[in-house]
Amino acid sequence: MRDIRLLDRMFIPGTLIGPFTNANPGLGGVCTFVGEVRSDTGVEALELSHYEPLTLPGMHELADRAFARFTLMGLLMVHRVGLMRPGEPIVCVSAAALHRRDAIDAVDFCMDHLKSAAWFWKRELRDGQWHWIEPRAQDHSDLARWQA
Amino acid sequence: MATVVLLGKLADLAGAPSLALPLPLMAELGWEGLKAALPPALAEAIEDPRVRVAVNGALLANKAKLQANAGDEIALLPPVSGG
Repeated sequence: MRDIRLLDRMFIPGTLIGPFTNANPGLGGVCTFVGEVRSDTGVEALELSHYEPLTLPGMHELADRAFARFTLMGLLMVHRVGLMRPGEPIVCVSAAALHRRDAIDAVDFCMDHLKSAAWFWKRELRDGQWHWIEPRAQDHSDLARWQA
Repeated sequence: MATVVLLGKLADLAGAPSLALPLPLMAELGWEGLKAALPPALAEAIEDPRVRVAVNGALLANKAKLQANAGDEIALLPPVSGG
């Protein structure tokens, strides 16, 4: 079961996980990560923009790589775009597998790539002003973990 | 006419999320021609080697080899944001 989506409005991760789990009968484990907009000091909102022809196809390619690399039964990858407030979910990745290590590693792999290599641009509204978020060195070292 | 789509902070430099470039039907637009047609601050920003270019949704391996025609959509993609 494979479910890859971009959403432009608020979602409740719990409503995705149950159906995803049920859609993978016989699984041995499910690992789910939910990322939320952090309540950093002064941050009023986060806006994510994307480029339609690249962003969703890029997420599908990432899912292909996860299926090729790990022994998975199912993968759910849902990412928000648009305007979000602190505390709102921004991303949800869930992997179902026969064995826990594949599920856990697939989620870690997808998150590292979503954060540093997927086609998203973020800006934060702080004290009434928008600021673009630049890439961080940490993102590259996170990616390097998977280059074996 | 070709459409230039600007992502991230490049949209701020352009003052709009997209620009329409007048382009004669039979003319081909190269990298130098594109830069000449853009506002100077934007033309300078896209020289950053980390800025990627896609034509009609396909990423170019080498943006200096850009070949765009009337009706094409040229996307200018700055480095993506980290976590």
